[in-house]
Amino acid sequence: MNSQTGELAGPPHVHHMDARTAYGAAKLGMWLFLGTEVLLFGGLFAAFAVYRWKYLGEFTHASKHLDWRLGGLNTAVLLVSSFFAAVAVDAAQHNDNKKVVRNLAITIGCGLLFLVIKYIEYSGKYHHGLFPGTAEWNSPEFNESYKCFFGLYFAMTGLHALHVIVGMIVLGWVLSLARKNRFSRKYYTPVEVGALYWHLVDIIWIYLFPLLYLVA
Amino acid sequence: MNDNNHDEPGHVVPYKMYVRVLVALLILTVTTVWVAQYDFGVMNVVVAMVIASIKAMLVALFFMHLKYENPLTWGYAIFPLILLTLLIGMLFLDNPFRVS
Repeated sequence: MNSQTGELAGPPHVHHMDARTAYGAAKLGMWLFLGTEVLLFGGLFAAFAVYRWKYLGEFTHASKHLDWRLGGLNTAVLLVSSFFAAVAVDAAQHNDNKKVVRNLAITIGCGLLFLVIKYIEYSGKYHHGLFPGTAEWNSPEFNESYKCFFGLYFAMTGLHALHVIVGMIVLGWVLSLARKNRFSRKYYTPVEVGALYWHLVDIIWIYLFPLLYLVA
Repeated sequence: MNDNNHDEPGHVVPYKMYVRVLVALLILTVTTVWVAQYDFGVMNVVVAMVIASIKAMLVALFFMHLKYENPLTWGYAIFPLILLTLLIGMLFLDNPFRVS
């Protein structure tokens, strides 16, 4: 792009980047990171595929212990949160820092609601002894295949919930910048890049929900 | 890369489109719950994963603005999916023929 032969200023440096190139580089860096995230969760999805193959009937039975209504509600909550994250970027592109703050606050609020619903689900599993470390879980009658299903369930949704928490922290930081009126149509890189991360967390849940709650 | 009619570094999408995408995503969520009550046998997973992939594509293309990105970003987005397809594809070639 910038291959003017006359320029011999040495290797490109952050301070020499024009705003548009810096914006593109930041976004590309986030996409690269999101690629590693896909592979991180991909390993767990692969493990799920292997054990579902091995214990097909038991997995079907075990997944009936999950409440698809709570899982579905959480899907809707995350989709709505992603919408508001996208609208926050749109607001920044229109110089409206107040609207960025408002939309990110709703996004973070949805993330919190997601975690509350997840907590209700987890504590339900705990009370039914479907949680690692409970007396039922450790009893010899507790089937190996059940341990596999719920082990994967907690590993996958737990890692995902961790990502929700990280996303809330990142967007909280972006929100604090928007409160200081840092963004304009010419500069809104943190809003866009933070929203990209949040959308990936949404996409992972889009796959987790049917796989864990519905396919039975 | 960008036309010079505006000075935003990225692509500005009409607000209405985000609303349309959200509505589509919610309809697809209801659809995936609705079809789950019917038993298509081995196709259950396939149907669920196809709907999930349509949803993921909508999020990536419109919310994440992938539709308006340059080929390099597309490469970054697709390359991990190729690796993942390779991993899971190999599992499906290997698993059914294992004698445990």
